Amino acid sequence: MKLTRRQFLKIFGASAVGAGITSLYNPGLIEALAADDGKPPVIWIQGSGCNGCSVSLLNTVHPKISEVLLQIISLRYHPTVMAGTGKTAFDVIYEVAEEFKGKYIVVLEGGIPTAEEGGYCTVGEHNGHHVKLTDLIDFLAPNAAALVAVGTCATFGGIPKGKPNPTGVKGFAEYTGKTVVNVSGCPAHPDWIVGTLVHVLLFGMPELDKHNRPKLFYGKNLHDNCPNYSYFANGKFAEKLSDDGCLINIGCKGPMAYADCPLRHWNSGVNWCIGSGTGCIACTEPNFPDAASPMYAKLPEDMIPNRIV
Amino acid sequence: MAKQTISIDPITRIEGHLKIEVDVDNGKVIDARSIGTLFRGFETILKGRDPRDAQMITQRICGVCPISHGIAATLNLDSAFNVTPPSNGRIVRNLILSGNYLQSHILHFYHLAALDFVTGPDVAPFVPRYKGDYLLPKKVNDAAVEHYIQALAMRMKAHELTALWSGKVPMAQSITPGGVSQKVSVDRIASTLWRIRELKEFIKNVYIPDVLAIADVYKDYGNVGIGYKNFLSFGVFAEDDAQTEFLFKPGRYTADLDLDVNSQKITEDVEFSWYKKEIGRKHPSEGQTDPDMHKENAYSWVKAPRYDGIPHEVGPLARMWINGDYRKGASLLDRHAARALETLKVAEAMEKWVLQLKPGEPVFTPFEIPANAQGMGLTEAPRGALGHWIKIENKKIANYQAVVPSTWNLSPKDEDFQRGPVEEALIGCPVPDADNPINVARIVRSFDPCLACAVHLTKPNGEIKKFRVC
Repeated sequence: MKLTRRQFLKIFGASAVGAGITSLYNPGLIEALAADDGKPPVIWIQGSGCNGCSVSLLNTVHPKISEVLLQIISLRYHPTVMAGTGKTAFDVIYEVAEEFKGKYIVVLEGGIPTAEEGGYCTVGEHNGHHVKLTDLIDFLAPNAAALVAVGTCATFGGIPKGKPNPTGVKGFAEYTGKTVVNVSGCPAHPDWIVGTLVHVLLFGMPELDKHNRPKLFYGKNLHDNCPNYSYFANGKFAEKLSDDGCLINIGCKGPMAYADCPLRHWNSGVNWCIGSGTGCIACTEPNFPDAASPMYAKLPEDMIPNRIV
Repeated sequence: MAKQTISIDPITRIEGHLKIEVDVDNGKVIDARSIGTLFRGFETILKGRDPRDAQMITQRICGVCPISHGIAATLNLDSAFNVTPPSNGRIVRNLILSGNYLQSHILHFYHLAALDFVTGPDVAPFVPRYKGDYLLPKKVNDAAVEHYIQALAMRMKAHELTALWSGKVPMAQSITPGGVSQKVSVDRIASTLWRIRELKEFIKNVYIPDVLAIADVYKDYGNVGIGYKNFLSFGVFAEDDAQTEFLFKPGRYTADLDLDVNSQKITEDVEFSWYKKEIGRKHPSEGQTDPDMHKENAYSWVKAPRYDGIPHEVGPLARMWINGDYRKGASLLDRHAARALETLKVAEAMEKWVLQLKPGEPVFTPFEIPANAQGMGLTEAPRGALGHWIKIENKKIANYQAVVPSTWNLSPKDEDFQRGPVEEALIGCPVPDADNPINVARIVRSFDPCLACAVHLTKPNGEIKKFRVC
C-alpha cells in the first residue's frame, strides 16, 4: 500500500477526475497527500471526548491497525499512541504545520468546548503558554489539506453537547465554518474511519450525505435493513429486554438511524447492538444523545414507519 | 542542577487530558502536582434524564473502560430499583467486564507504557521520543516491538469476546439493570472459550515474560515510584448470585494493616481543587460541586477522595495486594508486574465462568422504576475502584455522582496537606535531564491514568460559574 510519490499522484490524479473532486478540498490536496513519502501527514487531535473512537480504530481488521499506522498514513501526532511526551510531543504539531503547510490532514476526535472562551479544554503547552483546543484548531484548520471529524462528538457535538450543553460544545464544521468530512458514531466503526481515509487517498472524495458523511456507510436507514424487520412487519414485538421480536416497543431508535451496522456488524463482525437484544440508540445522528433519549422508551408513533401488512 | 519546576503537558499515552508539574532539586522530585485539563460536566448532562439512560451515558465518560462505568451504573440502578440479575446475567456481566480487563491491561502495557522502555522503529508515531536510558538488549527490544504488533491483535481478540456478549465495544449495548439483554447460546460460549484460551497463552508466554524482562533490566528502579503503600479495592466479579463473594474481594491495606471497607467512610476533599471550600469533606452521595476558579492555592479540577481521611492507591496492584496475590513491592515496576499477573488470574477465571453459563435460561430480571429512590454501585475498573451514586426523584435523575479510579490516584493535596497517591509516588523520582523527564512519565503511566473520568462536575441549579482551566 505504501506508494511512491509518483504512483500516488498517478492513482490519485486519475481517480480524482473519476470521482469529480473539485470544491470540497483545496486544490493542493492531491499534491498534499503525496507529501511525506507517499504517506500523508496526519495530526490527530482530541477534544471533549473519551478516546473511544481511537480505541475503536484499533479494532480495524483489514487493514490491520499496524498497517494503517505504518503503511497508509504518517500519524505524526496522536496523544494516545505516540511515543513522545510533553513538549517533545506537542512541538511536533507546530513542526508539521510549518513543514507541510497546506498539505497535512487534521483529524479531530471529541467536540470543541467553546464556552468560557474555550477554557474547558487545554491540550498542551507551547512556548510556555497553555494552548486551548480552540486556539489549536484556529491555528491548524486554515492551512490543512483536509479536515476529518471522527465520532459523533467531533461531527455534531455528541454526548458533551447533551442538554444543557454545559461547556458550549460545537462540532468541527459548526465551529470552523469549513467543509469537514464527517465520520459519525459513538464510537465510529473502524471500517468507517479507515474506509473514509482510504477512499480519500485512493479513490478521491466519497459521495457524501446531507450531513457530509460518506454515503457508502451512512446511506441506508438502519431500520429498513434490520434483520428484525420481518418481526416488525409481522407484528412480533419484544415487550421486555431479552424477548424475541422487533425492539421498537422497548426503545429501538433504528428508524432514526442511518448506518450500515445491520450489514457490517461490529468487532470483527461477531455482534452488533440490536444483535445483543437492546435497541439502537441512533448514535450516528445529529442531536445524539438528546434525540434518542429516553433510550429505552418507545419512539413517538409518528416517527415509527408504517408496517406494510 | 538548580531547583526548578518542570511542566509536562500533555502526558501522552494515557486516556484523557493530563498535565504534571514537578519541582526538582538536585536532580530529584521534591514536590508534584497533577492537573486535569478537560472538563465535560457529565453529572450535569445526566440530571433530569431517565435513570435507565445512566449506563449508556456514563459509558461515554471513557472509551478505554466504558464497560466499567456501564457496570457501576447498572449496579447503582440495581440497588435503586431493588432488582437482582439471574445467574446468567451476573456471569455475562462478569465476562463483559473481564473481557475489557484483558483488553485494557494488554493495551496499557504494550501500547501506552512500554514505549517508556522500548524503542520502536524510527518513524511516526514512534518518534520523536524522550532521550533516556533505554537499557534493553537489542534482542529483547526487537522482540518487544514484535510483541507490540502481536498485542494489537490480542487486545482486539479480547474486544471480540467482549462484544459477543455486549453487542459491541467500545460502548456496550446489552448491559442493563436486572442483568443483560444478550441471551446465552452454545455458539457464543464456544467462540468465547477458545478466544480466552488463546489470550491466556499470550499472557503466559509473552506478556508476563516481557514485563519480567523489563523489570530485570531496570532492577535499579525497584525502589522508584513507591507511594503511600495504602491500597483500596471495592471488590469485583461476583462469584455468587447474592453478590457477596468476589474474585477480588473488597478491602483495604492501610498503614501496614489489612482492613475492611465501609463505603460511608469515603469523603471528597476540595481544599486544593477549584471548588468552593464550604463544601468540605462530604460523602460522594451528597456531593455537590460548586466551582471557584479564583480560589487561592487550588490547582486541580480533580477532587481529593480519601478513606477515613487517608489517601489510598487503587488499581491492579491494590487488588492483588489486598487479595494476597502480590506483595513483592509497590514500585512502578511492581505496578506493571501486578497488572500482568492479574491479567492471567482474570483470564483463568473467565475460562471457569463461561462454562457456568446455562443456555436457554434467563439473563434478565424485569424491574419497575421507582418514583423516588437512591442507589449505589461499587465495582473495580481495570485501573481501580469505581463508585456511582444516584438519587431518583419523580422517576428522573435528581443527582448523579461518580468517584473514579483516577480521582483517587491523581487527586491533589487535601486539607491535611497530604499529597495524592501519584504526587506522593513522584517524590524522590530521579530527573537527571530536565528536558527529558522520562522517569516522571514512567511513574505516572504505571498508574494507568484515565483523566477523562477524573474531572467531573455538577451544580444544584445547573449553572456553571465562570472559571478557567489551568
